[in-house]
Amino acid sequence: MHSGSDRRDFLKKSSLIALAAAWGSHIVYADHMPADYTPLLFDEADALRGKHAGMIVQGDKPWNVEAPVHLFDDKVTPLEKMFIRNNGLVPEKVDVANWKITIDGESVKEPKTYSLEELKSKFRQHTYQLVLECGGNGRSGYQPQTSGNQWGQGAVHCAQWTGVRLKDILNDVGIKNDAVYIGYHGADLHLSRDPKKEAISRGVPIAKAMEDETLLAWQLNGKDLPEFHGYPLRLVIGGWPASVSGKWIKGISVRNKVHDGAKMEGHSYRIPKNPIAPGEDIPQTEEYFRIIESMPVKSLITYPKTGAIISSGAELALRGHAWAGDRAVKKVEVSTDFGTTWKPCRLEAPTNRLAWQHWNAKVNFPVKGYYEVWVRATDDHGNAQPMVIPSWNPGGYLNNACERIAVKVG
Amino acid sequence: MLAAYTRPATQPPDHTYMRMDTTKKDTETGLVMDQSLYLVKAQCTQCHSSKLIVQNRFTRDGWKQKIRWMQANHNLWDLGETEKPVLDYLEKHYGPTTAHARRAPLKDIKWYKLESVQPQ
Repeated sequence: MHSGSDRRDFLKKSSLIALAAAWGSHIVYADHMPADYTPLLFDEADALRGKHAGMIVQGDKPWNVEAPVHLFDDKVTPLEKMFIRNNGLVPEKVDVANWKITIDGESVKEPKTYSLEELKSKFRQHTYQLVLECGGNGRSGYQPQTSGNQWGQGAVHCAQWTGVRLKDILNDVGIKNDAVYIGYHGADLHLSRDPKKEAISRGVPIAKAMEDETLLAWQLNGKDLPEFHGYPLRLVIGGWPASVSGKWIKGISVRNKVHDGAKMEGHSYRIPKNPIAPGEDIPQTEEYFRIIESMPVKSLITYPKTGAIISSGAELALRGHAWAGDRAVKKVEVSTDFGTTWKPCRLEAPTNRLAWQHWNAKVNFPVKGYYEVWVRATDDHGNAQPMVIPSWNPGGYLNNACERIAVKVG
Repeated sequence: MLAAYTRPATQPPDHTYMRMDTTKKDTETGLVMDQSLYLVKAQCTQCHSSKLIVQNRFTRDGWKQKIRWMQANHNLWDLGETEKPVLDYLEKHYGPTTAHARRAPLKDIKWYKLESVQPQ
């Protein structure tokens, strides 16, 4: 591989055709590239190590990986079946012994820095099961197609996280009365490898940050966080788009206004304030868009896998999970006749607030043939999942249309 | 192009259509082979995966907006004279599909015999 300066000189001196010939498929035609800017050609480690063979890769730079729905059958999602949604590149070097987190911003009384060891020893530890779902989960259902990873329904998980409450840290630091929002800062690299740019820096209003279940976590399912899930320290904020659960956390700013970091702007993790027609173009400004907060009610059929052929007269056992962002799920129903009739399911209470709830049911089919089993959850405010694709939005967020599996009888 | 074709649920399996699909794909990136492919690889896959192109469909103006957005926010350089052939390529191979539905039929179902209930 050429070193940076060699390559720059080479690019400046060479014509397009000469470059194509010399570099083959790896040609960089970049005579407009700034002189001090040299992207390098080397790849991250493989995020699929330790993942289930059935995982679906949506992208590998940055890594974006989801699970097919039938892999979510576990009550607590194991690491091998957890989706990955990275916005940048994982930190190249993590020095755990010297890992520090700084709490700063306009609304702290004094900035304060903690080592990882101080977090672990100084504050009470808590463990919660939390649903983290990508805001764009289900994006592939939107027509016309919207930009971003074309997720199926697998960019969600409910794992068990252990760490300290963010509110305990913020109270220890001392927060001013004018605090509005927090914003995180991670050690991941921007895709361009420009050290001045953050790949993603999002956050939540101070009230959400101060909830009991909002953790700075170092453990996932009882083990140290894996590299691609934020090792050694990450935020976990259940019920909201998972992009607020920042990874590789080095800092948190307590802001006196809505945080304005990377991916807080434009239509990133925002939806139109007023519903628009599919494909309609509206200005990407505050006037037209609002930030997504709680995720909508949703459910999955995790057993059986779609495509099941059963014998005529057999009863089919079904099961899955349901969740509703900040809210609880009140009711789950299934339909085997395209929504004409609905049958209530047995629904369990969540292990803790913001964990998903397990449901099960048994259904019978009247005659041989092709069926679809649909599942629909309703939250404790009476909001149910739509059967068709919900309101189109430019970012393709919040598709909570009811999940369907195909079943053949006889 | 295969990706633009929505197969009715009752039709034969996918491989029938794979044979009809004469579009050649670059093995390294999965992008459609074309004389401008090397330009697209050079300009786009330095920073991000080619999958981000392959899985999306935009109009020419839509792709141009993406380029402007990456230039404004993500250090993408001025593409200079290559912008036109890059846009030509994206418009030709990764333009919007014509299928419209509030809910598409379930597709690509892999049927299997469910013998007995699997205990959790």
